[in-house]
Amino acid sequence: MTVAAAPPHATRLRATRVGLSLDDLVMRLGVVALAVVLLVIVGLPLWSLLAKGFEDRDGQFVGLANFVAYFSTPALFDSALNSIAVALVATLIVVPLAFIYAYALTRAVLPLRWLFQGISLIPVFAPSLLPGIALIYLFGNQGFFKGVLGGPIYGFDGIAIAQVFYCFPHATLILVTALATADARLYEAAEVLGASRLRTFFTVTLPGAKYGLISAALVVFTLVITDFGIPKVIGGNFNVLATDVYKQVIGQQNFSMGAVVGLVLLAPAALAFVVDRLVQRKQVALLTARAVPLIPRPQLGRDALLTGFCTLVAFGILAILGTAIWGSLIKYWPYNLSLTLDNYDFAKFDANGWDSYFNSLQMAVGAAVVGTALMFVGAWLNEKTRGFHVMRGVVQFLAFLPMAVPGLVLGLGYIFFFNAPNNPLNFLYATMAILVVNTVAHFYTVGHLTATTALKQIDPEFESVSASLKVPVWRTFARVTTPICLPAVLDIAIYLFVNAMTTVSSVIFLYAPDTKLASVAAVNIEEAGTTAAAAALCIVIVITSAAVKALHVLADRFLLGRLQAWRRR
Amino acid sequence: MTNSSFMRRAAMAGLAAVATVGFGLPAMAQKTKLTVYTALENDQLDPFKKAFEVDNKDIEIAWVRDSTGVVTAKLIAEKGNPRADVIWGLAASSIALFSTMNMLDPYTPAGADKIKPMFKSGKSPETWVGMDAYLSLICFNTAEGKKGNKSAPASWADLIKPEYKDSIVMPNPASSGTGYLTVAAWLQIMGEQAGWKYMDALHQNIAQYIHSGSAPCVQAAKGERLIGVGLDMRGASEKSKGAPVDLIVPKEGLGWELEATAIIKGTKNLAAAKKLADWAVTKKANELYAKTYAVVAYDGVVALPKNYPANAEKAMIKNDMEWMAKNRERILAEWTKRYDGKSAPKK
Repeated sequence: MTVAAAPPHATRLRATRVGLSLDDLVMRLGVVALAVVLLVIVGLPLWSLLAKGFEDRDGQFVGLANFVAYFSTPALFDSALNSIAVALVATLIVVPLAFIYAYALTRAVLPLRWLFQGISLIPVFAPSLLPGIALIYLFGNQGFFKGVLGGPIYGFDGIAIAQVFYCFPHATLILVTALATADARLYEAAEVLGASRLRTFFTVTLPGAKYGLISAALVVFTLVITDFGIPKVIGGNFNVLATDVYKQVIGQQNFSMGAVVGLVLLAPAALAFVVDRLVQRKQVALLTARAVPLIPRPQLGRDALLTGFCTLVAFGILAILGTAIWGSLIKYWPYNLSLTLDNYDFAKFDANGWDSYFNSLQMAVGAAVVGTALMFVGAWLNEKTRGFHVMRGVVQFLAFLPMAVPGLVLGLGYIFFFNAPNNPLNFLYATMAILVVNTVAHFYTVGHLTATTALKQIDPEFESVSASLKVPVWRTFARVTTPICLPAVLDIAIYLFVNAMTTVSSVIFLYAPDTKLASVAAVNIEEAGTTAAAAALCIVIVITSAAVKALHVLADRFLLGRLQAWRRR
Repeated sequence: MTNSSFMRRAAMAGLAAVATVGFGLPAMAQKTKLTVYTALENDQLDPFKKAFEVDNKDIEIAWVRDSTGVVTAKLIAEKGNPRADVIWGLAASSIALFSTMNMLDPYTPAGADKIKPMFKSGKSPETWVGMDAYLSLICFNTAEGKKGNKSAPASWADLIKPEYKDSIVMPNPASSGTGYLTVAAWLQIMGEQAGWKYMDALHQNIAQYIHSGSAPCVQAAKGERLIGVGLDMRGASEKSKGAPVDLIVPKEGLGWELEATAIIKGTKNLAAAKKLADWAVTKKANELYAKTYAVVAYDGVVALPKNYPANAEKAMIKNDMEWMAKNRERILAEWTKRYDGKSAPKK
């Protein structure tokens, strides 16, 4: 059917490769181009560091000697167990919390829904330093609630609490996308057939969100496994794999051993990849061409319960933020608690002063624009191309990798790859552009997953119909797919923006004298002992991201309203 | 058509952002821009830069500043295509490592004869020249001490007293250079066997091995811990801000590390780099260092920064840097085996 409609030169191609229309060809070329881009921004830089796992310190190939050395140390086993334990606990807490929260946001009638949605995002607006500082003020040895936890905050408890805070928005973002698109007809059918609400939940809602749930769990698990910022600040003596990488690379400049631990850390990503493939096979489109969007109807008991739940979660988030705000306004914790605004005069604490803040803004806008385009078009190509399984698998794998890699491994990989004298791209090194590219690569996975989740919910029938109407696939993309997915596209842009504002672990290796970022400056200021100023800079970052998010909400409400009007009946 | 015009404007803003990306500062026409990698403290950067530029009007310093570990890792990773012109203010042990990796351009600065011998690499020409020494000492929070009725320690030996159980923090030698020089100092002062025995006992009193050399004294200053063992400067600067913290020089002597200057091999600004190396050994520069460091390189410049104990320089042990470098892997492996693996949080 498609083939018959294709222009003449495509018909000629058909003679060589049966069944490949012009559309297919263009899409396949697109997938190849995407694979090349991902290879350059993710695959090769990572390899240039991880390959050192097979070399000794002088660069001689030593095979698996480093691995043997590392696996024979008992400390590795402890760290691996610790990593898995804390990641499991955080996942088991975050995913149900985020699911109920996302469910409340999308399927219940919440008063002040926009406010709850905004609050749920606060953790992602904040550099990971912020929960660290706040938790120490709250539960540290001088904290307001010391002793409440029955032990010191430094260690497992501290990491778990901070990670739950930090990962909550990541899971919520994915689950809101998964739950946002539902076909009301299914629910009507369930109601007509007399299914109980519980039964409807387990037979309609849960299966529909399955892909999102599994994605969320995988994302949270790997985020916790790879993050070293939180364990470094509040982990006490609780060793995890990510801090082991830090010890090897930063503490001992032993890139070989760092690469070995980095490779060990890829195991969860490999697992995530396999699980994703298995689930994907069973995922069906929810939003068929004839779908009717679900508009939640008021239901007093459920709404009250969910409002209570959301209030509780929101309160927890605001408590941590509030503590940090207060911490940014005091003179000297814990001995002089009088208030001051001096901590916001950043020139006093960092030579770059407010400049680093404007660098961050520039970088974040760049990452949001470039990254969103790449991620959404990329996910679309990968979802909608027919056949071509091997190449699509390659893309999918490369898209999953960044999530599994600790930022400092990616950052060092970028130095090795982009700074190499024979790399034609080395003009990028030490510019703002490399920070943008690095950030897009670093946060590729969640953007890709969000776009994929949104795209999966669109019935492939749209494409079939377009094709039979002789509409080229890119026009369907521009006129149908993108408008439908615009909320998800904007979500990805915001996600990139806010993460670019807070990212540290990778860009800390890549900034040049005139491209220092606010998030890095905050870490440096904190290291210098001026916790209050570090908290202040974190708050400025939070306010910026919150403002951008507020603009997004407004845009969503007033500008996208028209594009999404079809969702209403 | 609010909608499409909004999109168009958004797209244009995006394009503008992309266009600005990649273009850094406008190039300074006549000034040489010297890229200086450093681990100096944040608040030192501005005064140091200004003081140098007053005497060298044709050179502009562009700092790349981070913690010692990050800067060291970055320099090694960039080895194939160096981006730094000069290092000004990085641990001499890191710079000595660069020297063995053939990353430095040896140069004996004019006026280097005024520098105390221990502050020089000893090669000819010098691979690096020191600026100052920082010390790993004891920071004691007097307010918390009074609250818990605990006395201030006067020696390393005091730190193993049972009254300090779970109230000491020190840097983890596997993640912090300061941590390693502290451990190495104990092994050198006490001898290996007694040194390990001492650390076994100390382990009972350690609340946490932190991944940073400056954090222990900051934590002690903020009362998060009673005692911090680590970098001196931060303790002193916290005290100036009003923290109830005392810097104590243990009577057995203390470990130290130099910060030094070195020129990166292959720099395109060699002449300017040499000017910086020359300036870094002047009396004027050393007087600047003396404002924040207890010990400086220039023979005759007396450093007495605020809140430092006066006897610090005399307490510096005879530190065998070569021994430290050669035995690092062995000592860290032993340390990790003894104390790092079994460090579940204590209840």
